[in-house]
Amino acid sequence: MKTIETGRLPDLAQALSAAGYRVVAPIEEGGVLRFREWVPGLDIAPGSVPANSLKDFLFPRSEVVARFALEPGGFSPAPVERSAVKTAVLCARPCDAAALAALDAVFNWDYRDGAYNARREAVSIVSLACSKADEHCFCTSVGGAPDGVAGADAILRPADGGRFLVLDALTEKGRALDQAAAGALAEGSVALDAPAALPRRFDPEAVGRWLAANFESPFWKAAALACLGCGACAYACPVCHCFDLQDETERAECRRLRNWDSCGFGLFTLHASGHNPRPDQSARWRQRVMHKFSIYPQKFKTLACTGCGRCSRLCQAGMAIAATCERIEALGR
Amino acid sequence: MNDDLYKPFLMRIETARDEAPDVRTFRLKFAEETERSEFFRRYRVGMFGLYGVPGEGESTFCVASPPTRDGYIECTFRKVGRVTQALQELEAGQAITFRGPYGNHFPIEDWKGRDLLFIAGGIALPPMRSVIWNILDRRAEFGKVTVLYGARTVADLVYKDELADWAARPDVTLATTVDPGGQTPDWKGKVGFVPAVLKELAPSAQNCVAVLCGPPIMIKLTLPVLAGLGFSAKDIYTTLENRMKCGVGKCGRCNVGSVYVCKDGPVFTLEDISRLPAGDM
Repeated sequence: MKTIETGRLPDLAQALSAAGYRVVAPIEEGGVLRFREWVPGLDIAPGSVPANSLKDFLFPRSEVVARFALEPGGFSPAPVERSAVKTAVLCARPCDAAALAALDAVFNWDYRDGAYNARREAVSIVSLACSKADEHCFCTSVGGAPDGVAGADAILRPADGGRFLVLDALTEKGRALDQAAAGALAEGSVALDAPAALPRRFDPEAVGRWLAANFESPFWKAAALACLGCGACAYACPVCHCFDLQDETERAECRRLRNWDSCGFGLFTLHASGHNPRPDQSARWRQRVMHKFSIYPQKFKTLACTGCGRCSRLCQAGMAIAATCERIEALGR
Repeated sequence: MNDDLYKPFLMRIETARDEAPDVRTFRLKFAEETERSEFFRRYRVGMFGLYGVPGEGESTFCVASPPTRDGYIECTFRKVGRVTQALQELEAGQAITFRGPYGNHFPIEDWKGRDLLFIAGGIALPPMRSVIWNILDRRAEFGKVTVLYGARTVADLVYKDELADWAARPDVTLATTVDPGGQTPDWKGKVGFVPAVLKELAPSAQNCVAVLCGPPIMIKLTLPVLAGLGFSAKDIYTTLENRMKCGVGKCGRCNVGSVYVCKDGPVFTLEDISRLPAGDM
């Protein structure tokens, strides 16, 4: 067994950094745990689910897709550099790694999104199995598991009551990373901790069946009443990928940007004519639930939710998609 | 294949002409031969593009010229927002950004030998004009062609010169109409709403495909007339115009029910549309 003491995760980061990887890991800053770039001196806190998801590193919240130099009476195109840094993510959550399949599907559906794929190819994911879950976690309801390996190149499993982590490489990328990190790992014999026990809360297929038949339902009005339309759920979600394209001009330089967007925003579908197909928050919340549990599975054969619970942890109005799914399943019975 | 999906190419405005108040047509030339040939390798009528002005953004509308005229493309659009305003301020010689062609297309190869009925209202003639010209450029392959075009007023009719051409052709039946009160003293066309004029024309549904495009109220009131004439939902086509940003099925904006209008559409039959949630359109 290749092991490392949990407290020595920065040594692993250091070894990977020395091998040419940019290392991303859960790091606490100002009381908030976030995935961010590790630099020497920073501690890695594998405790709970970070506030942001891994999509930040594959599909950044703002990205230049085209540049133009503005000139009197016209413009000329300027080059755009594509950045895809070789990256190792340490202590990704199994629910984050599982989200990659859903992102891969949309960004490669017929048209291949080059910028996304370049970053996707450059990233290696080292998941950390969860030995505890909180009340917002529901990966087992959406096909995942606290020690799930979907999307991961390697997995760290807690052992000896969390004092140690055991590294298992799962893919070619994982084996390369394992080799690069060899100096920080020790052969040892430890007892693996049990993964978190997380009872299944709802059946996504039953939810999908009800959704497919209930676009029009009084349920939506009541279900969405609390929604503030702030979009925090979409921004924190590891799968949400809706975006906007906007031009931003500074003096004579124009950048065309791809920015995160959300179906929860009123402007998202507003037509130039003034018509809005989703005129109120209930229509927008319905879209969010439909897209994740009905449209995405129909279109891409995968759910667009991995049960990470970030949306409900962040929601200032107490909206929780798992609770919504439980209610929907009950309606379908 | 280029995987820089949002990187546009440049097109130069060869001619710009005003069609109607706030409605303008550009003829656009490709800057590079490779871009022109790649465009026409993929382009079929019904597809759309994203037209942009750096500093303002991009706007989605149809390609209004057919692949049978492959030296240029034309687009016709109304000034309604920031980007279309900036586009309308441009003149011949200036450049815009363009991405496309995107989306599916009208299945005109399946329409060979059939009669065709085009019904358009106002600014909805441009997406249909490419189909009409495509059919007329290959006239012998298709049956009777009937065009019913209505606008609020005479001034709002677009492609006035082409309407005169179609009216003069023996192989096209054209009916133009304006809403009551929208006529001028010398107006020779009909006065009345599109559904009423359609009822009066009463084209046969036998072996006929209908293409219908216009404001929602026109569509709503015209569909029962078409049904009354015997048109089935699978023989009535339209093109949806949802708000779009990427055009390539990524940004999520044009999603209705289980379809992404930019990739699964924009062309749908009435039968397809009846499966989509009406409350999301």
